[in-house]
Amino acid sequence: MGLVLLVVIWLITFISTYFFIAKTWWLPVGASAAAAGIDQHFTTTFILMGIVFVAAQVALGYLVWSFRDRGNAAKVSYSHGNTTLEIVWTVLTTILFVGLNLTSSSIWASERFRPAAADSVQVEVTGMQFAWYFRYPGPDGKFGATNPELEDASAGGEAALGLDTKDPASKDDVVSGVMVVPVNREIEVILRAHDVIHSFFIPQMRFKQDAVPGLAIHMHFTPTQTGDYEILCAELCGLGHYKMHGIVKVVTPEEFDKWLAAREAEKL
Amino acid sequence: MAGGTGGGETITMSTHESAVQAHAHAAPQGFIRKWVFSLDHKVIGLQYYFLALVAVFVGMFLSLLMRIHLIWPTAALPLLGDIKPETYLTLVTMHGTIMVFFVLTTAPQGGFGNYFLPIQIGAPDMAFPVLNMLSFWTTFLGFIVMIAAFFVAGGAPLHGWTGYAPLSAVQSTGPGEGLGADLWIISIAIFCIGALMGALNFITTTLDMRAKGMTMMRMPLTVWAWFVTAILGLLAFGVLLSAGILLLMDRNLGTSFYVPLITVNGQLTGHKGGSPLLWQHLFWFFGHPEVYIAILPAMGLASQLLSVFSRKPIFGYKAMVYAILAIGFLGFMVWGHHMFMSGMSPYTAFAFSIMTMGIGVPSAIKTFNWLGTIWGGRIRFDSPMLFAIGFVSLFVSGGISGPFLAQPVLDIQLHDTYFVPGHFHLIMGVASIFGIFAATYYWFPKMFGRMMNESMARWHFWFSFIGTYAIFMPMHYLGMAGMPRRYSQMTEVGYLHDLIPLQKFITYAAFVTIAGQLIFLVNLFWSMFKGKKAVDNPWEATTLEWTTATPPPHDNFGGHTPVVHNGPYEYGVPGAPRDYVMQSDPEIEPAH
Repeated sequence: MGLVLLVVIWLITFISTYFFIAKTWWLPVGASAAAAGIDQHFTTTFILMGIVFVAAQVALGYLVWSFRDRGNAAKVSYSHGNTTLEIVWTVLTTILFVGLNLTSSSIWASERFRPAAADSVQVEVTGMQFAWYFRYPGPDGKFGATNPELEDASAGGEAALGLDTKDPASKDDVVSGVMVVPVNREIEVILRAHDVIHSFFIPQMRFKQDAVPGLAIHMHFTPTQTGDYEILCAELCGLGHYKMHGIVKVVTPEEFDKWLAAREAEKL
Repeated sequence: MAGGTGGGETITMSTHESAVQAHAHAAPQGFIRKWVFSLDHKVIGLQYYFLALVAVFVGMFLSLLMRIHLIWPTAALPLLGDIKPETYLTLVTMHGTIMVFFVLTTAPQGGFGNYFLPIQIGAPDMAFPVLNMLSFWTTFLGFIVMIAAFFVAGGAPLHGWTGYAPLSAVQSTGPGEGLGADLWIISIAIFCIGALMGALNFITTTLDMRAKGMTMMRMPLTVWAWFVTAILGLLAFGVLLSAGILLLMDRNLGTSFYVPLITVNGQLTGHKGGSPLLWQHLFWFFGHPEVYIAILPAMGLASQLLSVFSRKPIFGYKAMVYAILAIGFLGFMVWGHHMFMSGMSPYTAFAFSIMTMGIGVPSAIKTFNWLGTIWGGRIRFDSPMLFAIGFVSLFVSGGISGPFLAQPVLDIQLHDTYFVPGHFHLIMGVASIFGIFAATYYWFPKMFGRMMNESMARWHFWFSFIGTYAIFMPMHYLGMAGMPRRYSQMTEVGYLHDLIPLQKFITYAAFVTIAGQLIFLVNLFWSMFKGKKAVDNPWEATTLEWTTATPPPHDNFGGHTPVVHNGPYEYGVPGAPRDYVMQSDPEIEPAH
């Protein structure tokens, strides 16, 4: 039985580890400025935890086989433990776990402590059951007022957001069902939700943040590759949660300016 | 803490005697008082156990339906018909809720804790037998109300076991958020009341009812685990109860604790000014300690069994006790790691992250000590030991994915993906279930006077152990690839199509693993009536439950009160007449 346990535990360990190392399923290719740092830290964590995982499972398998009851009268070691060892592994795990954590703090700080740069492109993202809407402030650089009483979700677009057309600042606001952003510019995302909590998740951008009703959460990311990327909702928001997705189109600055100018022209 | 070591012994002794006399009660006659409204902690323990057994098969059946729907989303099922997206979310919600409350909290603590804590400390019963009976029947009522949620108009809620507001706080947010959601909250509130009564009883019993000589530092690690679990329960369930009452008020009385000014489908709800994050803070202030409520008893039991079946003292008894206490203490300071992406201040995320990595330290200490315990032992591979070894393996596997999720930088990608269910199922889900299985195989002879069938037990182990890994390890891959949790279909998002084969594999693995659980069910009931007669101490173990008759008499020790002279893990003692010295045997030389 000891040998069977050894074989099974080792096999499970090696097969599980194989798929991680072979990267059969892995993080999607990153396309934002933050991706490299985050992925690097993921890999560091993965290597350290992988070593702990393999070492502990291999040791477990080996020990249960090695110290099986062989039926002879061999004495067991009558030991109640070893204080030195306890201290050694307490200190080592503390250094490993806390140290690992501290090395990632600068990435977290740049993602979450620092506000968006002054010249960033502002996009307001609003989640509602079960769609995302994107609003650009227009040439005046100001988002116009919205009013919950004016909301008409079924009408879509501006009406879905409840845009108050009486507010002069709202006249030039552009509302889109697709998020279009220029490459290599910082994007300031202002996250809102109308009804329940949603979560704005763009896997390739290494971006995720809940959109919470009652809060306007300011976040930022910088796309570095042009292309279309899927936006998902990552927080359970009701029966249509699985289909609450959208697209972010990362385009060249010229294409972005052209797109935005055309949408603004429609408003005049 | 009353008792302690050395000096506390006299106090413990006199407290114990008066407590025992105050709570003595005669053996009941008649079926109702003996088996239904029983005051006997052993019967109540069995009642909790069988409640959890019903609940675990309900919960498992729901997960089976989820797995079927995920890979065949359009398939109609016999009797149940189509599974709609909202039905899928109902399954998710009820699977999680039933498993966490009525299985993982109920069986290890209410079941085995009730049955064996008093016996292991040499007490004739719990400190408050009537309260004990009430706590079980309260829990039972909670279960009935929970199941009733399936059968009301609109069905059971779809807001997940975490019930995030405003989804859970406003009736118009989806089907199931009407009466079904009210029943869900009421059920949990009832459960909390039962759990609070149980926690008081466990704490009082451990402090006041220990036999002469059973100092705190001679308590088996199972008792330590149940004791600390009870303290966690006392502090956590009160908060959840209050949070639940506020949620009910938001839903039905027009208050706005959790709901700001929102519109659902363009309609104003009449709420304003509340905070959705308040619910999350209150919920996780309960929810994270709850993880330890589920797994601490299993950790205590694994320690116990590794020592018994390796025929060796536990490695580092004191370190194990301190680790349990440290986990219990730190467990209350890490709830924010569930909320890194919630909109909570990113500075607090940093603090919660450090504390969470810190809680990995006592967990690692326990793992080292488990390996240290089997090192140099003479291992007997009886079925309880197989599940204890399986527990250690799962604890390690589920544990090492913790530091990924504990770091907010990595949580950006992994939060609310399949990486999370992969992680928590391995550790607080199935590792705890392995604790329940190990406890069943280990204590069955004492509870029913018969042995369980060993070859069925082994088959059950292999199905469960390999099956668990086959189901939950691939979920980590899904999570890394960006598959969000709680998606009823994978057809809407382009890149999720590529992950369907992996989901299929998981579903097939679940079929086989679930089939393997039927072996356990058959073994359990077959052995109750047909199993080989058990002797009083079949595992040659040292703790007090093995000194008494099988099954134990009404007052546990048949009129005499045991006196304890030794620690709980004296195996392979040099110079002793046999390879173990029981706790009630004459005192051996102090160990080195």
